[in-house]
Amino acid sequence: MKFSFGQLAVVGLVAVIAAAPAIVGNNYQVFILTLIGLYTMLTVGLSLVMGYAGQVSLGHATFYGVGAYATALLSARAGWPSWAALIVATALTGLMGFVIGVPIFRLRGHYLAMATLGLNVIFSLILKNEAGITGGPSGFTGIPPLAVGRFVFDSDVRMYYLVWTMVLGSLWLSLNIVNSRVGRALRAIHASEVAAETLGVDANAYKLRVFALAAGFAGLAGGLYAQAVHFISPSSFDILVSVELVTMTAIGGLASVWGSVFGAATVVFLGQFIRDKMALVLAGASGEQEIIVFGLLLVIIMVFLPEGLTAGGLKLIRRWRMADGR
Amino acid sequence: MNYEVFIPHNSSFINSTMSFTDQLAQYLISGITQGSIYALIALGFVTIYNVTGIINFSQGEFAVIGAFIAITAAQKVLLFQGQVTVGLEWPLPVAILAGVAGAVLVGVLLYRLGIQPARHASPLSQIVATIGASIALRGLVLLAWGTDPYRLPPFTAGKPLKLLGAVLTRQGVWVMGLAAVAVVGLYLFFQYTLIGKALRASSANPGAARLMGINTRRMGLIAFALSAGLGALGGIVIAPVTFMTYDRGLMLALKGFVAMIMGGLTNPFGAVVGGLTLGIVESLAAGLISSGYKDAFAFAVLFLVLLVRLGGLIKRGSGEALERAGL
Repeated sequence: MKFSFGQLAVVGLVAVIAAAPAIVGNNYQVFILTLIGLYTMLTVGLSLVMGYAGQVSLGHATFYGVGAYATALLSARAGWPSWAALIVATALTGLMGFVIGVPIFRLRGHYLAMATLGLNVIFSLILKNEAGITGGPSGFTGIPPLAVGRFVFDSDVRMYYLVWTMVLGSLWLSLNIVNSRVGRALRAIHASEVAAETLGVDANAYKLRVFALAAGFAGLAGGLYAQAVHFISPSSFDILVSVELVTMTAIGGLASVWGSVFGAATVVFLGQFIRDKMALVLAGASGEQEIIVFGLLLVIIMVFLPEGLTAGGLKLIRRWRMADGR
Repeated sequence: MNYEVFIPHNSSFINSTMSFTDQLAQYLISGITQGSIYALIALGFVTIYNVTGIINFSQGEFAVIGAFIAITAAQKVLLFQGQVTVGLEWPLPVAILAGVAGAVLVGVLLYRLGIQPARHASPLSQIVATIGASIALRGLVLLAWGTDPYRLPPFTAGKPLKLLGAVLTRQGVWVMGLAAVAVVGLYLFFQYTLIGKALRASSANPGAARLMGINTRRMGLIAFALSAGLGALGGIVIAPVTFMTYDRGLMLALKGFVAMIMGGLTNPFGAVVGGLTLGIVESLAAGLISSGYKDAFAFAVLFLVLLVRLGGLIKRGSGEALERAGL
């Protein structure tokens, strides 16, 4: 039997994912890897929206937050079984993406960017102001872990395997979409909405479905996050997180499903690294100084490497080589 | 500390002994003060958009950087978690000029390093690039000045004035006055100076402007410098009224953008009207409905304007509207 390079790469990736907890050993690092998985799920959705459908979304953390808070409210307040809370929260978030998408996708370009930012601002304000429901700025505590039957996902390693299984599922689903009729329609919309519509592509319907799917991914990631850490607060879902998600998508290449794993991992590891180093250089430095680097990265990638760090970088190197050869 | 704690400036003069009309007058005055800042930032947006076709999402950072530089020049400030002490203590007018100059420099660098190389990129890339610049600048300010709120002393000391049963601080007069001067000055600049005319030419028809020997790239640079200066002025003049913190830039930019859209995107006078209207709506809504949702009202207005009528409050920016507005 023969395998293509792509198939071997997938097998390799799955093997690395399966072996990772045993390699890193300590629980905190396993949790970091879980976090990368959650961000990958968010980034995959965003890359479908931005890279394939060509629509800006600067408020994706809203859906992440809706999934997290819906899961928290349903399981901790309403007393639902945790698995039912997770499923319903995911479905609700997807539905919300669809409902919000209807008016918001009448907008384009700058307007859409601002409207999605505005959505995130309003969501953050609701989280902070409606303390009776959301716990306010100090957050929501006591979210039960996910349990299916008598099996409880109460350790970092169990959560890790669950999250990454879901990640692989979302990657597989996204790849199928991208390589199907829907994916071609989306790319056509990105290239020229008018041309796509003349060819009979219902641009708005496609954009809405992709947006709803991305929102659903985000909702699932949010619910899993809530069940992994048992505590959520508004700062995990504010505008800066949305911008960070865009950074991850850009690093992986806007239109790259596999790139989202790379983008999420790069941003999370880079953030950790900078925070560690910053603490050494500047004692007492608090806050999110790493955003300097993320901001600069975002500018550099958008200006010089619009295809993402890997694909764009490789292209740049190839061009240099060719220039040398002549 | 959280600056939002101090924002109730808007209502800090409101007390239970005031009559309802007095309260309304107070909200109106506070709204116009705050709206003047939105107007200045919206003017910056319009200037850049008209000349380069870019919406610069890092517009609000100019206000923050300008204010922080002015504050650092005017009083003793500890930077980098207390590792650097700056004790320039320059006189206030000099410090203000330094703040504006610093922001202009940032604007020029931003254009040269980030915007100009990306001028052929897709709008999506440009939007994301200016968002990136905004986040990077915010991080730099955080690194240097930390999370503490800072404030400038009022430009002139003295008791607040009374107006229609409401209180108007002296700094409030400065805010409105400077905004008015900026608007008129900008109008005169665009209408009667050679550079101003060249800027208008490059926005109306870049190709023809180049044929006439106008360096349109240089014009983009000037537009960025100009709007950075306008933004810095707004940030500096509001710094004695509300505390300045590193994270205010994005919200200021969003409000300025809402004001710009309300004014019809390309119209500088529309931007000013939009800014003042937004300030008043916000102040009234925060006072009468809910202060916790103050920032949400701007977006409620944005959604309303965008979805009901894309043309803005003032007629859509057609060529005719541009001419009328002098741009």
